[in-house]
Amino acid sequence: MIVRILGEGQFRVGDVAAELNRLDTELEAAVNHNDEAAFGAALDGLLAHVRAQGTPLPPDTLEPSDLILPAEDTSMDEVRKMLTGEGLIPG
Amino acid sequence: MGVMKRVSLVFKAKANKALDKMEDPRETLDYSYQRQLELLTKVRRGVADVATSRKRVELQMNQLQQSSNKLEDQARKALGMGREDLARAALERKASAQTQLNDLQVQYAQLQAEEEKLTVASQRLQSKVDAFRTRKETIKATYTAAEAQTRINEAFSGISEEMGDVGMAIQRAEDKTAQMQARAGAIDELMASGALDDAVGGSRRDDIQSELDMMSASSDVERELSRLKGEITASAPKQLEGGANGNSQATQSQPQSAQGAQDQGGPYAPPPPAPTQAAPAGIPVSDLPAAEPQDGEGS
Repeated sequence: MIVRILGEGQFRVGDVAAELNRLDTELEAAVNHNDEAAFGAALDGLLAHVRAQGTPLPPDTLEPSDLILPAEDTSMDEVRKMLTGEGLIPG
Repeated sequence: MGVMKRVSLVFKAKANKALDKMEDPRETLDYSYQRQLELLTKVRRGVADVATSRKRVELQMNQLQQSSNKLEDQARKALGMGREDLARAALERKASAQTQLNDLQVQYAQLQAEEEKLTVASQRLQSKVDAFRTRKETIKATYTAAEAQTRINEAFSGISEEMGDVGMAIQRAEDKTAQMQARAGAIDELMASGALDDAVGGSRRDDIQSELDMMSASSDVERELSRLKGEITASAPKQLEGGANGNSQATQSQPQSAQGAQDQGGPYAPPPPAPTQAAPAGIPVSDLPAAEPQDGEGS
């Protein structure tokens, strides 16, 4: 499975879907509850997990990612905009 | 559905929308490649813009540091002159400059991080664009339009995701730079107003400095005054003497009368009113030392 961390690059990760999903659920709950602190903690946890378990893909690969994660310094507000698909992704 | 999946779907939707627009999938390749080159140019310009912004902040940090040093100097001088109120004003201003400086240091670090991120993003995009170009030529040479579709979709999705990522990075960098420029402009204004003395510009004198200058100038005046008084006291006898034999032609016969006064000055005690009376003549008298040697040689 390939996971992209925005602003950082792509990682090939093994079978870590369960843990990623658990953390991702936390992240989503934080966004829904407007809890900036929980959001930051969940995002940091997710990114740390991908970095620790994954192997960076060489920069010249053209494979699309299965999952895409926000960059580490992304605010909750930015993630909301990203989810609506408006404005944040140019082109 | 979690955040990760939704974000990926947004990216995929974007790529599919672009693909759907093309009638001949191979057209997509060339069109996309053009867009990639444009994005590469844009991200490189982004790196340069952030660097410019960072340098401007650096310049302001230097100015604020100089300003802060200068204000501390002024505070020290003011205290030395017994003006605690002035020293306090200078230190208050120094604290304000220091706050701005700390703030700028944070911004500077952010800009630096942004610059690094964009630089790495531009290198990564360059690698992907190169890979895409190779893949594009292979696909065009090997497959018919119908056969090529799947492979084109793959290549396109991969590069499109990267382009979206880089595009966002540029957007964020631009936002940060814009914020920074607004802030830098505000600090420039603050410096121009003299609220934070611009030690580098030097065109504007701040009030603390002018008060210090005034105080040191007035002490200079006092010193000059007592020097002149001393000179006058020393040459007071001649004033009397000169007054006796040529006060009416004082200006034209100064040298002679002065020498005469000095020659005969010894025996006479200086009369009390002499200094005050002599005050108007003080200026010509101060020319005396220069004129004397000539006279001495002459006689």
